[in-house]
Amino acid sequence: MEKILEVKNIEKYYGNRTNLTKAIDNISFDVEKKEFIGIMGASGSGKTTLLNCISTIDKVTSGHIIVGGEDITKLRGNKLNKFRREELGFIFQDFNLLDTLTCYENIALALTIQKVNPKDINKRVNEISTKLEIKDILKKYPYQISGGQKQRVSSARAIITNPKIILADEPTGALDSKSARQLLENFEFLNQYLEATILMVTHDAFTASYANRILFIKDGKIFNEIVKENDTRKEFFEKIIEVQTLLGGDLNDVL
Amino acid sequence: MMYYKDKNMTFGNSLYFKLSFKNMKKSFKDYTIYFLTLVLGIAIFYMFNSIDSQQAMIKVSESTREIIKLMIQILNYISVFVAIVLGLLIVYASKFLINRRKKEFGIYMTLGMGRRQISRIILLETIFVGIISLVIGLVVGIFSSQFMSILVAKMFEADMSEFQFVFSKQACVKTCIFFAVMYLAVMIFNAFTVSRYKLINLINANKKNEKVKIKNTFLAILIFIFGIGILSYAYWKVTTDISSLTEAKMLLKPILMGVVGTVAIFWSLSGFILRVVQSMKRIYLKDTNMFILRQINNKINTTVISMSIICLMLFLTISILSTALGIRDTMKKELEETTPVDINLYKEANLPETYTDRKGKEIAYNPEVIKDSRKTITQTLQENEADMSVLKDTIEIPIYATNKLTLKDFLGNRFEEFNNKYPFLIYSRLEDIVKVSDYNKLAKLYGLEQQDLKDNEYAVMCDFNNSVNMRNVVLQDRGKLQITGKEYLPKYNECKDGFVMMVGSHSNTGIIVVPDSCNLTEDMIKQYLLAANYNAITEEEKAEVEKQFIYSETEENSKLINNLSKKGIKIDGTSKISIIESSVGVTTIITFIAIYLGIIFLIASSAILALKQLTESSDNKQRYTILRKIGCDEKMINKSLFRQIGIFFVVPLILAIIHSIFGIKFALAVMSELVSANELLPSIIVSAIVIGFIYGAYFFATYFGSKKIIKEES
Repeated sequence: MEKILEVKNIEKYYGNRTNLTKAIDNISFDVEKKEFIGIMGASGSGKTTLLNCISTIDKVTSGHIIVGGEDITKLRGNKLNKFRREELGFIFQDFNLLDTLTCYENIALALTIQKVNPKDINKRVNEISTKLEIKDILKKYPYQISGGQKQRVSSARAIITNPKIILADEPTGALDSKSARQLLENFEFLNQYLEATILMVTHDAFTASYANRILFIKDGKIFNEIVKENDTRKEFFEKIIEVQTLLGGDLNDVL
Repeated sequence: MMYYKDKNMTFGNSLYFKLSFKNMKKSFKDYTIYFLTLVLGIAIFYMFNSIDSQQAMIKVSESTREIIKLMIQILNYISVFVAIVLGLLIVYASKFLINRRKKEFGIYMTLGMGRRQISRIILLETIFVGIISLVIGLVVGIFSSQFMSILVAKMFEADMSEFQFVFSKQACVKTCIFFAVMYLAVMIFNAFTVSRYKLINLINANKKNEKVKIKNTFLAILIFIFGIGILSYAYWKVTTDISSLTEAKMLLKPILMGVVGTVAIFWSLSGFILRVVQSMKRIYLKDTNMFILRQINNKINTTVISMSIICLMLFLTISILSTALGIRDTMKKELEETTPVDINLYKEANLPETYTDRKGKEIAYNPEVIKDSRKTITQTLQENEADMSVLKDTIEIPIYATNKLTLKDFLGNRFEEFNNKYPFLIYSRLEDIVKVSDYNKLAKLYGLEQQDLKDNEYAVMCDFNNSVNMRNVVLQDRGKLQITGKEYLPKYNECKDGFVMMVGSHSNTGIIVVPDSCNLTEDMIKQYLLAANYNAITEEEKAEVEKQFIYSETEENSKLINNLSKKGIKIDGTSKISIIESSVGVTTIITFIAIYLGIIFLIASSAILALKQLTESSDNKQRYTILRKIGCDEKMINKSLFRQIGIFFVVPLILAIIHSIFGIKFALAVMSELVSANELLPSIIVSAIVIGFIYGAYFFATYFGSKKIIKEES
């Protein structure tokens, strides 16, 4: 399989010599094309820092991140922005839709800032919104639609640019359980039928259970890794809970 | 116990002091607009109030001094108005600053600080900013007022003996007092605002978001067309259809229509443009254009009124500045042309036995006055002990009139037409008639073109635009005139430039020049006119001579004037000096007040616009963060911010400029005899520079302030 993302021995330090915090402490992993990978960890474990480093919002202290064969830790300035714009798609916990724009415009904006030919934009927006079943809300403004719909619009915006990888940061964090389930089914759809590679950060076991593979992070290190393989989602969910118990029930913490 | 308390007190005080000072340093960029407004306000205030000490250094005549005194009085009143405007502006600005920091105050309050302490922090900050801006504003004001004194000297045609650094203690103290009162008002207002805050609102201050209101685009298009229509009608009314506006009261309608049109345009403009651009997919779906348009569409809804006010204020500023400076220049130029000699004296001739006073009562003239009215001015002067040696180039001519030749007679068969057009003219007025040799004598002295007439010809001297237009119609018809039983034909098809009596503007409504052979008799003499120069070189000597002929209310009058007034003989006079002083004085007062108010309006509108934009940037921060997250780089974000703010600044300016074009046209039409459009050009350029500078400063301060705000971590 083609490797979309290679993370090689990355480290991220905060602070100065006298007071050093290792937010990421030598993490390495690969993500293959069409993979749906989850990253789990408690707050403060370093999962958001990891996501920020991959999304080039933050810079690593050492190590390499290779996306589609290109080392993004070496990118600077405009190239970095171009990379972020063209190779990555983002889905955020709080949707981050622009309240002044209609849903259609929110999705189209991702293309216009890439300077896509205006002629193609309409077609592409219609295409993706049909697939995500949001066609009938395209003319509405974000304040007129539900949280689940918002997150689907947000997903459409992330996928429409055909990014190499979609980064989702707690995508179900602000949704009720029904909407969350619907969204995750959409993710499955994106992953299976649109061949999107998804990297999702979450602390919620149910959300994580939709992924194919899960990395557990604790104190800046990969603590465990489990793969769904042929498990049902329920079995996978139970596995996740097991690992979580292990993670949370660290004896050292009790002592 | 006491000891500890004291220690706490001083600790507390220094804490507040530090906190306030640090806050101010930290939020320096937020304060830019506030600061800019204060400094500009203070500087302008000082400049215009320091005029009285500037006159000390320039040499001006007595009457000019009186005019300056009057001007200072008017400026004093206007300063109170200006102070109120600036005060409101500062209250508005400080409201913005407090809103920006609601969260900060919320944190203080959760830490146990009371409202009173927070008020104290704000108070200290207000004092800090107040004192710093007062000092800087005064320094700027004092230096700029040096240019002001050059301006004052130039405007009052005074000699500036030598450059001297002027400092007006009085203006300085006045500025300090006015601004102290203003700061006090701001402090009270701020304390009041803080006292109404609730902790929960302060903590959640950043989360509150204005609900997005969307307007019906179809309605927007309709309103937009309505706005354009009503504005076009108002423009047409004040320019093309100007003759229908015969009274000041009638201007109210076009003004009101202009205001309504402006509001309508701003209400609908963004919706209209959005609609239009949306249909142009190529532009709409390019870069962040969609976002910018939506931003504007969203915000303009809540800013219709303020945008309209800003636009109208800019319109006032542009029109006031351009026309005020222009009128003065043209007035001055015209004065040089229309005052070719030092003095004109004139006396009524052939007075009847009695005259009717205003109440309709018949009063008999003093027989001595009647007798004198048969004499020439020169004779009268000599008989009344005038020193004729102080005059040179003396020329005296008789002006004739006959009741056989009125304006109605002149107009002939065109009379009905003009009577309908200008019903207020007095058509029974007798026409002034001058013999060509007499006219040529004067024309030579005045430097005007000489006239040569055949025995059956007449010419019309006229330089008042409206009269010229009217008389030219008759002259083109080759209208014949009957004078003393003989028929005369016009020599020219149009009026000739010229006058016999100098008045200081082109307002000679018409003089008929006839050949010497015309049978005008002594009893037809209506008036004697004497023109002369003073036999003096320096301005002082000329002023001395003038005193002998022109009556003064304050100083002791000459023997001649005393003698004449004893007998009741009236010799009127106009002199070059008095014409120049009075016209220069009046225009200068108007100009000064116009510039003062114009600049204050400009500062006020720019500051409001700037603050409005900054407030919005705080709300927009979130949106720009989203743009950044979905992959917009800083360059793109800065570009769209620049465009967004630019549009908000440019749109009211454009509409204001369009308004001004018609406003200035209207002003030109009203004072048609004074100014031509070309002559306004330099002053329009100067106003453009002033407006560009101040407006531009506010624009960039807003842009950089907003950039800072949207970059902040939320």
